[in-house]
Amino acid sequence: MSLNSDEVRRIAHLARLAVSDREAELFAGGLSEIFHFVEALDAAEISGIEPMAHPLDAEQRLRPDVVTESDQREHFQAVAPLVEAGLYLVPRVIE
Amino acid sequence: MTLETLAGWSRRLYARDISSRELAELYLARIDRFDAQLNSFITVTPELALEAADAADRRIAKGERAPLLGLPVAQKDIFCTEGVRTTCGSRMLEGFIAPYTATAVERMNLAGSVMLGKTNMDEFAMGSSNETSHFGAVRNPWKPDCVPGGSSGGSAAAVAARLAPAATGTDTGGSIRQPAAFCGITGVKPTYGRVSRYGMIAFASSLDQGGPMATSAEDCAILLNAMVGADSRDSTSVERPREDFTAGLSEGIRGLRIGLPREFFGDGLDPSVRAVVDSALAVLRERGAELVEITLPNSSLSVPAYYVVAPAECSSNLARYDGVRFGHRCESPRDLMDLYTRSRAEGFGAEVKRRIMIGTYVLSAGYYDAYYLKAQKVRRLIANDFRQAFAQVDVIAGPTSPEVPFRLGAKSADPVKMYLSDIYTIAVNLAGLPGLSVPAGIVGNLPVGMQLIGNYFDEARLLNVAHQFQQDTDWHTRMPAAFA
Repeated sequence: MSLNSDEVRRIAHLARLAVSDREAELFAGGLSEIFHFVEALDAAEISGIEPMAHPLDAEQRLRPDVVTESDQREHFQAVAPLVEAGLYLVPRVIE
Repeated sequence: MTLETLAGWSRRLYARDISSRELAELYLARIDRFDAQLNSFITVTPELALEAADAADRRIAKGERAPLLGLPVAQKDIFCTEGVRTTCGSRMLEGFIAPYTATAVERMNLAGSVMLGKTNMDEFAMGSSNETSHFGAVRNPWKPDCVPGGSSGGSAAAVAARLAPAATGTDTGGSIRQPAAFCGITGVKPTYGRVSRYGMIAFASSLDQGGPMATSAEDCAILLNAMVGADSRDSTSVERPREDFTAGLSEGIRGLRIGLPREFFGDGLDPSVRAVVDSALAVLRERGAELVEITLPNSSLSVPAYYVVAPAECSSNLARYDGVRFGHRCESPRDLMDLYTRSRAEGFGAEVKRRIMIGTYVLSAGYYDAYYLKAQKVRRLIANDFRQAFAQVDVIAGPTSPEVPFRLGAKSADPVKMYLSDIYTIAVNLAGLPGLSVPAGIVGNLPVGMQLIGNYFDEARLLNVAHQFQQDTDWHTRMPAAFA
């Protein structure tokens, strides 16, 4: 399968990655090669095979629904690029 | 001074032959002297190291004993370390000071280890050569124009050059074993779930596993003892009875059945690597092991399946880097979309973007069944191959990598070629099995590794075989002459 740069721009938008036209061209080449390589999977005999999501087919452990963590908002917000009064600041969303 | 193994240093610490502070100073001085040539560390933490060493010396003075007490180690920069910069090799986290410590590191700290610093790595562990790091490539201590392997290339190079006696790594598709092979050290990728992933920055959560890298199997066993264990903060970590991985090291291997997958000795294997692995297998046969040819018929599908599953998980995991809560944020964003797209475009390098886009595509509407679901089914075929193999043999052996370390830049322009460097390691991650690499020989002054693969939770046996191999060989004691 081959991707053109319009398709790369569409995927990049879904992935929230800005790409220039030049980059879209470059990625189209590399990604097409990778998808071509992955097409080897089409040869696999997979009828009746269950998909495997976890190596040990383990199930999620449940724990009692109780509070285990203390409030560390300031500690965790110390690594944020922009905060004010405990809030993360982003460009205006609602006009 | 002789540069000992962890086990050797530990004996000398308890004999009061050297203090933990002196030991930390010794390695810090080596980092200072040699690392400009290698670039194996992103961050060195001398003050913290000396503080931890002094604390260890006080404990030793009181007669305390702990598995890693006073021993210096390097941590791969994928593990969060509270108060210390944790970059994951990315511009995205260039200024990220971790607000908490990874469980694996916490356990090593409790066992008394002394962190020297954080090692270089491929960006977000995505690479097989350590060339995708935002902080520059790492050089192979055996030959500076060659790669050390990746993604744990900094840890491997640091241990090989004895800038640290041991280090941690993580392995999603071969990232402990392949650099261990390329740098001539021993590295273990444990069974999925053995080592907590809490605080280990996520790449592909169903494949990622942390593990030890050191100069000998014995040292890996010592480290693994400290690293493993169920963790309430990682629901995929596995509850297992306590095990001492050093206990069975000296047992004989007479009658051990070693499977040699036909597919691992085929066309793509460099003949000089094959010759090394063949003579290593002869050593094990001398010790009484029985070599049995086996087949893993779906092996050739493991790299293609991996490059659907791992990018899918990566695209989901790396969605957290939004320029809002932590990590890189672009200057003067116009609106929220611009903030997201530009922060991510500036923060991530080309290989990470490529994998995010592959993952986004294979998970997008209309393509999920054709790619992701199909790859997950193939993943089960690969795991089933191993299940059948382990009905006949105790361990599986073969080369770790199809070739000797390649030159810097040799594969950077060709992603598929780079991906194929992990052709013998990736299936192990897909199946969730434990594997290790031991130094097995040297070709043209470059080390070659032999891979041993075990059944689920059979790390003790792998370490036993590797240790027995190291009783009859001295490849693991060799070090690159320039760093003597």
